Amino acid sequence: MSAIQLTDLRFAYGKGPEVLRIPTLQVNAGEKVFLFGPSGSGKTTLLGVLAGVLAGYTGGVEVLGRDVAKMTGTQRDAFRGSHLGYIFQLFNLIPYLSVIENITLPCRLSAERRARLNGVGLEQAAGDAAKRLGIGDLLHKPVTNLSVGQQQRVAAARSLIGTPELIIADEPTSSLDYDHREKFLELLFESCKAAGSTLLFVSHDRSLMHLFDRQLSLPGINKAGT
Amino acid sequence: MLLFSLAYHSLKNRLLTTLLTVFSIGLSIALLIGVENVRVGARESFANTISQTDLIVGARGGSLQLLLYSVFRIGQATNNITYQTYEHWKNHPAVDWTIPYSLGDSHRGFRVVGTNEEFYKHYRFRRDRSITFESGRAPADVFEVALGSDVAKTLNYRTGDKVTITHGVAAAAGRGILDHKDKPFTVTGVLAKTATPVDRSLYIPLEGISAVHIDWTDGAPPMPGEEVPAEKITKQTVKVDQITSFLLRSKSRIDTLRLQREISTYTEEPLQAIIPGLTLQELWRTIGYAEDALTVVTFFVTIVGLLGMLVSLYTSLNERRREMAILRAIGAGPAKIISLLVLESFLLSIAGCVLGVGLVYALSVTFQPIVEEHFGLYVPIQAPTITGWIYLGAVAVAGLLIGFIPAWKAYRNTLSDGLSVRL
Repeated sequence: MSAIQLTDLRFAYGKGPEVLRIPTLQVNAGEKVFLFGPSGSGKTTLLGVLAGVLAGYTGGVEVLGRDVAKMTGTQRDAFRGSHLGYIFQLFNLIPYLSVIENITLPCRLSAERRARLNGVGLEQAAGDAAKRLGIGDLLHKPVTNLSVGQQQRVAAARSLIGTPELIIADEPTSSLDYDHREKFLELLFESCKAAGSTLLFVSHDRSLMHLFDRQLSLPGINKAGT
Repeated sequence: MLLFSLAYHSLKNRLLTTLLTVFSIGLSIALLIGVENVRVGARESFANTISQTDLIVGARGGSLQLLLYSVFRIGQATNNITYQTYEHWKNHPAVDWTIPYSLGDSHRGFRVVGTNEEFYKHYRFRRDRSITFESGRAPADVFEVALGSDVAKTLNYRTGDKVTITHGVAAAAGRGILDHKDKPFTVTGVLAKTATPVDRSLYIPLEGISAVHIDWTDGAPPMPGEEVPAEKITKQTVKVDQITSFLLRSKSRIDTLRLQREISTYTEEPLQAIIPGLTLQELWRTIGYAEDALTVVTFFVTIVGLLGMLVSLYTSLNERRREMAILRAIGAGPAKIISLLVLESFLLSIAGCVLGVGLVYALSVTFQPIVEEHFGLYVPIQAPTITGWIYLGAVAVAGLLIGFIPAWKAYRNTLSDGLSVRL
């Protein structure tokens, strides 16, 4: 089964110029895919479509075998909540919640996501995820006290709790220095492997691309504007 | 529950803004409820300017006029009633007690009231308060006078001072042309403050009123040399032949209406009897528009308080765009975002309501005795009235509704931001 299957996707903001025109894109389940491209090549837009936040496109968008294009807004929100993990470039965390509260947030928001814990307690699951990412001792700290690297790990732990099938990471390492990048990726890979999650990793930093199963150039697959 | 926890933590995170907002709503609520309580208190206190008096009886005329001169010492009676008539009703089997008033003279702008010991014994105000003396005793002899507390304070009189009474009611102090100079009164006591019109009068025996006029003929003072010297006048030699009005307490409340009709149809002399409570209410209605004005003002204050909340929530939205994007990313739909902000606004207004009610109680408990003593205003300490609850409910609902404005803005933001990073 493929984790992502795009067929003839076309997207434009309102009546603006076409931003995405992707004849075909396939990501297999369990794959670690590195998607790269310069700024303005439509990376964030593509992620918005895949995560089900952007609508108003034509073509087929299948994520985890589900036809996202045919879902209503509410269904997409629920789908994202229970099956996807998302990591931002920066400022991933709700500032007024502690580390553990941030990590458990998806499971508290979505009953379906919580059910995916398979009976493991919420705190236990959060603790496990945090431990795997090397932040097990920070659980009860306020997130405002963490370094950027620690914050990104908390974000990774949050995206991984409840073992969602697809992790989308939007330049999560761009604010980290080289050593921390590799370490972060290593931990992220381990966690994805343990959870059996597919990873779609977006970056413009190609020094990392050799670590992935497959590398995709967005300008190569996006025919918009050509 | 999650939304509740998020809203709570988010508000706690912006503690200063939250406290200021709650405080401003709390203050407006306190004002709203406080004014309502004062309104009720003012109406009650006004209605209780005189208590336990079932009827006020005087010569036939306007009922409001009778109330004004008998209770508030405003205006004048057009006619007196004879003492025989008074005695007739005083001895009526249905009558418990009466207090006679003889009005018409003054002292430096304050009214002089001729009355008797019944006044000190039976007069009641604010439900069950009776007349007490701050110093001295009630006047017993003809030329003795007790002062209301305002009179004593304003004119700086003490027990033992001599007071000259002026014929008629002079508008300003010292303007009386016809002073009863030959017959001064000795102050025997000062009444304790009642915060009612009682404080603004001087009280002399009924015989005193007769005594100062004893040598008058046809409303004119005696020729010089023809005055009857005060030393020759005693309580026994003076005859009281008329009074202005009297207060009446019937033995049973059921008798009041029957007694009122009986007095109004008395054939010996044209009389009227009014029920003070009813006439006071009538009077209150005519001056009560002031309380409506007060209510309108407090409503606007409350609106300002709620607008303050709107401003604080609205301005916080920009710095919270990230937070909204994160919530969207983990699966929160627009409905959740809207609910979160509406809930925050609702929590703020509820907290404001609680604080406001608390403030009102704290202030009432602290200041009730002081206000009562100085203004004669008894503000009840009680659970919010029905009107109070309606106000509280209205503010809570208004807070909820106002929450939709920032919520809608946040919703628009999340639609345009999606998951993109906006800082």
